[in-house]
Amino acid sequence: MFDFDVPLFPEQASTFAPQVDALYFFALAVTAFFTLGIFVAVIYLFVRYRRRDEDEYGDPIHGSVALEIAWSVIPFIITMVMFGWGAHVFLVGMTTPEDAREYLATGKQWMWKFQHPEGHREINTLHVPVGEKVKLTMTSEDVIHSFFVPAFRVKQDVLPGRYTQVWFEATKPGAYHLFCTEYCGAEHSQMIGTVYVLEQDEYQEWLSGGIVGSSPVASGQELFAQYACNTCHEQDGNRRGPSLHEIAGAEVQLADGRTVERDENYLREAILNPAAKLVAGYSNLMPTYQGQISDEGVGHLIAYIKSLDTVAHETEASDDTEAVASLD
Amino acid sequence: MARSMTLTPDATPEPEMPKEHYLNASHGLKSWLLTTDHKRIGILYLVSVSVFFLLGGIYAGLIRLELVTPEGDLFQPDTYNRVFTMHAILMIFFFLVPSIPATLGNFLLPLMIGAKDVAFPKLNLASWYMYLIGATLTMVALFAGGVDTGWTFYTPFSTTYSNSYVTTVAIGIFVNGFSSIFTGVNFLVTIHRMRAPGMTWFRLPLFVWAHYATSLIMVLGTPVLAITLLLVGFERMFGLGFFDPALGGDPVLFQHLFWFYSHPAVYIMILPSMGVISEIISAFTRKPIFGYKLIAFSSLGIAVIGFLVWGHHLFVSSQSIYAGLIFSFLTMLVAVPSAIKVFNWSATLYRGSIAYTTPMFYALGFLGLFTIGGLTGLMLGTLGLDIHMHDTYFVVAHFHYIMVGGALMGYLGGMHFWWPKIFGRIVGGFWPHLSALLVFVGFNLTFFPQFVLGYLGMPRRYHVYPDEFQVLHVLSTAGATVLALGYAMPVFYFVWSLKYGKVAGDNPWGAVGLEWETTSPPPLHNFESMPVVDFDAYQYHQPKPHSQGKPATAPSAS
Repeated sequence: MFDFDVPLFPEQASTFAPQVDALYFFALAVTAFFTLGIFVAVIYLFVRYRRRDEDEYGDPIHGSVALEIAWSVIPFIITMVMFGWGAHVFLVGMTTPEDAREYLATGKQWMWKFQHPEGHREINTLHVPVGEKVKLTMTSEDVIHSFFVPAFRVKQDVLPGRYTQVWFEATKPGAYHLFCTEYCGAEHSQMIGTVYVLEQDEYQEWLSGGIVGSSPVASGQELFAQYACNTCHEQDGNRRGPSLHEIAGAEVQLADGRTVERDENYLREAILNPAAKLVAGYSNLMPTYQGQISDEGVGHLIAYIKSLDTVAHETEASDDTEAVASLD
Repeated sequence: MARSMTLTPDATPEPEMPKEHYLNASHGLKSWLLTTDHKRIGILYLVSVSVFFLLGGIYAGLIRLELVTPEGDLFQPDTYNRVFTMHAILMIFFFLVPSIPATLGNFLLPLMIGAKDVAFPKLNLASWYMYLIGATLTMVALFAGGVDTGWTFYTPFSTTYSNSYVTTVAIGIFVNGFSSIFTGVNFLVTIHRMRAPGMTWFRLPLFVWAHYATSLIMVLGTPVLAITLLLVGFERMFGLGFFDPALGGDPVLFQHLFWFYSHPAVYIMILPSMGVISEIISAFTRKPIFGYKLIAFSSLGIAVIGFLVWGHHLFVSSQSIYAGLIFSFLTMLVAVPSAIKVFNWSATLYRGSIAYTTPMFYALGFLGLFTIGGLTGLMLGTLGLDIHMHDTYFVVAHFHYIMVGGALMGYLGGMHFWWPKIFGRIVGGFWPHLSALLVFVGFNLTFFPQFVLGYLGMPRRYHVYPDEFQVLHVLSTAGATVLALGYAMPVFYFVWSLKYGKVAGDNPWGAVGLEWETTSPPPLHNFESMPVVDFDAYQYHQPKPHSQGKPATAPSAS
């Protein structure tokens, strides 16, 4: 890849990467400035004031309030610039855009499993289109892992028992390293993969080849029917449980007065531990589905429930997935 | 270089070893194993931590050897994981945390404040035994097959999935924690209650201030680590669900508890080293430390703010974004007292009378390496950068610059500085100078390439890695061999000096401070009579203070 050259800088292949790198170069400049400054000053003083006579003493200088204030305030200001800039970049990286293609990802000792919105499954490879926002909703089947693509400058821990998200928009077709960066046991360093960024037409071609399972949304709908969730969660609401349209939306009003964000982690808890966060106006009737539905199944159910949002809340019919359309 | 060794100007008659001192006050193994003399306990610790430094170093060598090639051709993956875990556990818990406080701190603290011993001499001995018991348990686990969780013991890997001796090591570290707590309590009470008459708080050497701050962290932080490891043990043994979500626990809770101790623990390692540097720089510039009070307060500042930054290890762990913002902000604040110290030390050189001695070379090395370590820490505390750098070799390089470049340089510098006081023999000249140079050059060769590796994306704790990282790994390993040579040399010349070294005399460096006013080695009870202090620390300009022999008066007021 790099022949014999010593690589010094990683490839930039996402919209996020240049933002991180700009900050990096600023921090590098600050570091170089102070390091060289200290080195030069210390070496100069070390030579200039070397002891020339055994009886020689240093001058009795006890300090200087002005200087000490200066070198307290200046570092403070510089760190605040770094903090502010860093926080800005962090918020960009951590705020998942709404209009992203949503993939499901699962980490397990020692492999990465991915599922495309159309249902394609991959292990240790991930194909994504260039120039399109991609979001991964991730969970782990065992220990903590971490999803890291150096060329995209993104990283997010992947935890058992909850969902985390990472997003990126690739800017350059190519093949990029995917590393697990949370130590996860014997084959940690083999929990690696490749992210292939394809041109739009190549990606469509890739999608059309290969065996396609059902999409997460469709699988979720099947599970919804299989477990007869509609007995209580009917569209129009028979008041035993909140209708899915009722709990669709950004926030849920709970029985204990709290309002919580209705994200993937909330829905997961509502399925596995329904009593924990009861929706206002309903009693605690729902049994737990812990141990009955697989982790993957829970992911599919959530995908299905979220797909209802799009139907219910968007004025224009959604066009991002065929699966959603097929529900109507 | 010829004038490098600064002997007392008035050393016309060759100094002689004192007839009676703590080393020959009693004889036999029992007189050492049951001693309550803080000086002897310091030496017991010196021997023990040296053994663990050697062991930890061997593990470091094995890691560097494995990483010469991208393939995993030296070890099985499982073995490699145990090797890096043991390297960290031995180096952190059994070398770095006790290194300066338990050896130099134990030896010097009572001497510096003019006390006969620490406040609780028996507790001091108990601390060493706790250390030994903890170390023994850890070694038992090591010989039984080791532990493969990394020193961070992240759950649920450590509680549910790891098939290694996690519980034994956790108990070992739990017990060892008490040695830290005992030392911390002892130092705090000693500094509060046992200062000689006239030794007010602002006459204390900065070494003592640094140890005061360190002891606060030891006493307040270590119990949290102990409890956390106990919970890990309970979850492993009895299936109590604290951390494993499959049992209803929260794996991130573990990270909060673990780093609540383990981040301040970094300051346990670096603060005493900063204290050493203050003493060395003042002694070899023969002038007061620039901004004494600010350096003293910045030690306390680092200790206090250090307790509020643990969340910067969790920026990408799923911790809330707002928590991330607060922890990043607080992390930035730690940079300020650290920067003040570096600037003040550098400013102390101005118009000094600088002697070219081995301790001074180590102190200069510390200044350079700590500056790089601190500034790269600032990068990691910057939220937007940490996303990319977290858990890569950038982190590995950064904390080695702090812990090895900072803490270890201070430890070695301090050893060279106070060796004549501890054993009454001079160590100096060509070989010690060379070792300081080799350590500095070798260290940078080893760890600088790791910054580059880290930004390229090389993850930590990888046994095999992609080919394009190889050149930098080879460079790093080459540097490690130079570093190993630099570390090996002191073993020989220190031991050699015990018998053949030039006799030091009371104050071979011409330094001020109570420890230099007694004999080298000091007598059993430190001073012939209780010293009375009527001078500030680092007073190089008044006629040399003569406090010895003055009758003890009223105990210190503050």
